[in-house]
Amino acid sequence: MNISAMQQARVAAPAAATTIKMHTPEPSFQEREFAGTVGTVTVDNPKIVSRNVNVYYGDKHAIKNVSLDVGANEIVAMIGPSGCGKSTFLRCFNRMNDTIDSCRVTGEIRLDGEDIHNQKLDVVQLRARVGMVFQKPNPFPKSIYENVAYGPRIHGMTKNRAELDELVQLSLEKAGLWEEVKDRMDQPGTGLSGGQQQRLCIARAIAVSPEVILMDEPCSALDPIATAKIEELMDELRANYTICIVTHSMQQAARVSQRTAYFHMGDLVEVGETSDIFTNPRHKLTEDYITGRFG
Amino acid sequence: MVEQHTVKRFDAELNNLRSLVLKMGGLVQEQIEGAIKALDDEDLDAARHIALRDQLVNRYNVQVDEDSVNLLARRQPMGSDLRLIVALEKTVADLERIGDEAAKIAQMVLRIYDSGGTAPNHGLLRDVPAMAELALRLLTGALDAVARMDTDKALEVARRDADLDEAFGAAIRHLSTYIMEDPRNMGHAINAVFILKALERMGDHSKNIAEYVLYYVKGKDIRSIEGKQATDLAVTSA
Repeated sequence: MNISAMQQARVAAPAAATTIKMHTPEPSFQEREFAGTVGTVTVDNPKIVSRNVNVYYGDKHAIKNVSLDVGANEIVAMIGPSGCGKSTFLRCFNRMNDTIDSCRVTGEIRLDGEDIHNQKLDVVQLRARVGMVFQKPNPFPKSIYENVAYGPRIHGMTKNRAELDELVQLSLEKAGLWEEVKDRMDQPGTGLSGGQQQRLCIARAIAVSPEVILMDEPCSALDPIATAKIEELMDELRANYTICIVTHSMQQAARVSQRTAYFHMGDLVEVGETSDIFTNPRHKLTEDYITGRFG
Repeated sequence: MVEQHTVKRFDAELNNLRSLVLKMGGLVQEQIEGAIKALDDEDLDAARHIALRDQLVNRYNVQVDEDSVNLLARRQPMGSDLRLIVALEKTVADLERIGDEAAKIAQMVLRIYDSGGTAPNHGLLRDVPAMAELALRLLTGALDAVARMDTDKALEVARRDADLDEAFGAAIRHLSTYIMEDPRNMGHAINAVFILKALERMGDHSKNIAEYVLYYVKGKDIRSIEGKQATDLAVTSA
């Protein structure tokens, strides 16, 4: 018997016509004021501590009183619909928002206990400690070698060419790109494939020995294989670095991160262990987003 | 109905899966009723029909498995959608086992009445109707809980499985008195034990199904937690 005939077979389906009540953990966003982040924003061993961070673009309140710790050697994923503020929040961690004139950031962000908005702090040094990888691979229009050597050179990190060569090789090895490019170091970085370019950008970020790597949708321009290589790389890098990743792919967030933060319209709605967020989120908005119920 | 996904087709697929599970549940209920009626009526044809129809139950199981795997692969469900599919997938595994137990009873009917031997002393089977009713009530409760994702109903089923276990214990004690009375009852007493055990197992499977409902709604697996603690968790946690 085929299954359609089977379905037509007379069977006493109990309550087949009754409706299933969707599990609603919290009242909907429209029904109530935002009551604060669900979940624990603090960690035992924080690398970055942020408290009551607000970001304004002119009159627009883009980040609303967000507090979130990032633990040492952990990968934190930030997810949420477009315009929710996740990239804006990520960019607070190395003061990239300073580069936007209309942008104003308030609140407290500490890296290893040090206020990153401290007047005495050199923002160039900060960005060496907190590196960044962007959505679109953006290698300099220079050779593969020069792309990686640029940072260490301007920061005066090496004494001579031999040391610099060694650092370039080490960085490319850590980024999983060395074997693919070692015979063409003098060729332009822009000639590599998209996935290779992105790993070159990661090598460039690593070369200045950062403590934190911020990744803003690092795989959205890559194919699945290149994406898998970056994700594998992130897992290896976690041993030595702290990583924050903004991603539109929930599957990617679920795969790579230990903790996940869900943003919605500038609020940090929920933060928690990644395994909890994707199987049993506590906030209705998180549930609606991860199950694809947003209208 | 499960609704309001941006991708409407996903709603339809989830609803189809759930209604397939409920149809399978309805068929399994009929299998139990049919097996018990065949026993009561000493109806060999009906018993053969029930035993054969177990294949249909299995087909439902296969179909739900296939649909679930497809949904997992193609929709990559998260949150309550993921829990719903996992809960339904586990539910059909238990329904299939309940179906097996019903078929087992049908087979015992054939063994008892188609063997050419003497018919059993009716006292040997006197506990079967009450236990069957209890087993059916548990299954109906579990299926109602699935249909409405009703935690109160699920908790009631999980609790009342103990009644069936108790009834099984009592029935075994009754049987042993018949055996002591007349050792010639031994053969049919063993057949009766198989039937009673099948009914007792149905209760365990219904309890499992009730627990999957609690897992779906509460997001927690309460099987590893015993007694009052589990009840408290199921009632209170959001």
